[in-house]
Amino acid sequence: MTTPRNDSQIKVITGNAAAAIGAKLARPDVVAAYPITPQTEVIEQLSLFHATGELDCELITVEGENSAMNSVMAASLAGGRVFTASSSWGLVFMYDAVLAVAGARAPVVMVNVNRETPGIIAVSCGQQDMISTRDSGWIFTIAENCQEVLDQVLMAYRLAEDYDIQLPVMVHYDGFYVSYLSEVVDIPSQESVDQFLSILKTQPERTKLVPGQKLGCGSHGILGGYLELRHKHVSAMERSKAKFDQIDQEFMDQFGRSYGGQVEEYCMEDAEVVLVGSGSMCGTIKSVIDEKREAGIKVGLLKLRMYRPFPSERIIESLKGRKAVGVVDRSLNFGFKGGPIYTEIKAFETQMGGAKLVSFIDGIANTDITKANVANMIDMTCDLAAGKDVPEVTWVSYPEANEGV
Amino acid sequence: MSEVRFHGRGGQGVVTTSKILANAFGRIGQFGASFPMFGFERRGAPVTAFGRFSDKPVREKTQIYNPDVIVVLDPSQKSSEAVFNGLLPGGMMLLNDSEPTTDISHDNLVKIGVIDANKIALEEIGLPIPNTVIAGAFAKLTGMIDIGPVTQALDDYFQGSKLSANMVCAKRGFDEVNIIDL
Repeated sequence: MTTPRNDSQIKVITGNAAAAIGAKLARPDVVAAYPITPQTEVIEQLSLFHATGELDCELITVEGENSAMNSVMAASLAGGRVFTASSSWGLVFMYDAVLAVAGARAPVVMVNVNRETPGIIAVSCGQQDMISTRDSGWIFTIAENCQEVLDQVLMAYRLAEDYDIQLPVMVHYDGFYVSYLSEVVDIPSQESVDQFLSILKTQPERTKLVPGQKLGCGSHGILGGYLELRHKHVSAMERSKAKFDQIDQEFMDQFGRSYGGQVEEYCMEDAEVVLVGSGSMCGTIKSVIDEKREAGIKVGLLKLRMYRPFPSERIIESLKGRKAVGVVDRSLNFGFKGGPIYTEIKAFETQMGGAKLVSFIDGIANTDITKANVANMIDMTCDLAAGKDVPEVTWVSYPEANEGV
Repeated sequence: MSEVRFHGRGGQGVVTTSKILANAFGRIGQFGASFPMFGFERRGAPVTAFGRFSDKPVREKTQIYNPDVIVVLDPSQKSSEAVFNGLLPGGMMLLNDSEPTTDISHDNLVKIGVIDANKIALEEIGLPIPNTVIAGAFAKLTGMIDIGPVTQALDDYFQGSKLSANMVCAKRGFDEVNIIDL
């Protein structure tokens, strides 16, 4: 049985409830959000906490997602701790404000419950909404299970509001497979979360808008100023990588759980063949790896926990010298044949000591990334390692795509 | 690890049944993980849920294709091929039906539990929502968990008079399910 730490409480809750509890424990000043499947339960839970007095914040029940993001941006720029949540169409509907939040360096924390985006209407899991907003200048992290959702929300506040970072953070988790998943979660006590976040109070206060005072924030940049602001933004993104690793260590010290920071490695010590994945699929991949290991196959998993900034240094360090790597994408990269994460890792191929790369696309529109599919991907990557001919891109659950166009 | 697949319709509490059972296993220091699959949330639309119950942490986040147990909350699906798809040898079935016996047979099915959960729910909570009766009957049929943690788990989903009425539902499900060995 899991041993509770820090007077924590073991409960069986959903990924959505874990997100809401994480947000509540961070003691936000302002929450503004609009419900959308499969995120609705996050808002229901927060509303319930607010109604019962467990959550002492300004809860703004806005008329749409765009207002939600604008509300939390304003509150964040005024110095408040904020939270919102969305998914898919909702995320797209707030997109101009998402960009403005990043430009203003407002440390907004939100969760996005991954769902297919507008285009083809589908209430189903997929990371396309994450991909559609990846260039917004936010920090993106991805959680695998309910516990990690809660933990990443807490880590997100440490990262977003850190004086050296000051960037918005979006925590992503898969719709259905995590959002509606009920499982055992170790819920930390309020005192321990207060302690974990207390370091932020020791840092210099961030610039904030005060009524009556003449101070602009974000907003408008002429040529020189624009370049300076953009470069500072990019530099802060770079700094956030090591900061995320450091926060993971401090999280371990406080709560007894560590995930590896930017990436998590599973059975990687002697792995010759590696799958790269993110989100809920990683749990399934781990269980298949255990079976493959029993059969003597040296396979490991590299799980991306941070997606923006792209943890290229940690990825190269981890994949360098492996025989073959299969990258699993739960989304598409329109204009490229391979998946988005594959295409990005491919950019570093020359630094990987000869590791061969292939792309697997699976899990789109709720397509189940089954154990059989994962085994198939591992087998194909082993074939690649053995020098056999393997297609660069495979749509695992749609063989018709693999017959050549 | 036992894998359980739940079949029903929106409004019957399919999702809650699977949550209650995952919760109950969590309460005895074991691990339960359950999630549903559906399209838009609508009453009457088919809903499938998946439950994994184990003494070790459950990592798989995938649907269930080879269940050990099938739970059918919607009697109209009791003969559906989809319900029996992939059932493993030694399989069990829990069926909500107004008929106390059934002529259902399947090569891999060794035990069936039948209970008129709608009737019990109507008597106890005034609504034909069979979920908590089914959760109690599940404990009896499978023997995988005691009724105690199942009724305790209800505490996380109901309050006040609804909680006490649903506890009666779960206990009646446990006591009244008709178990048929095949």
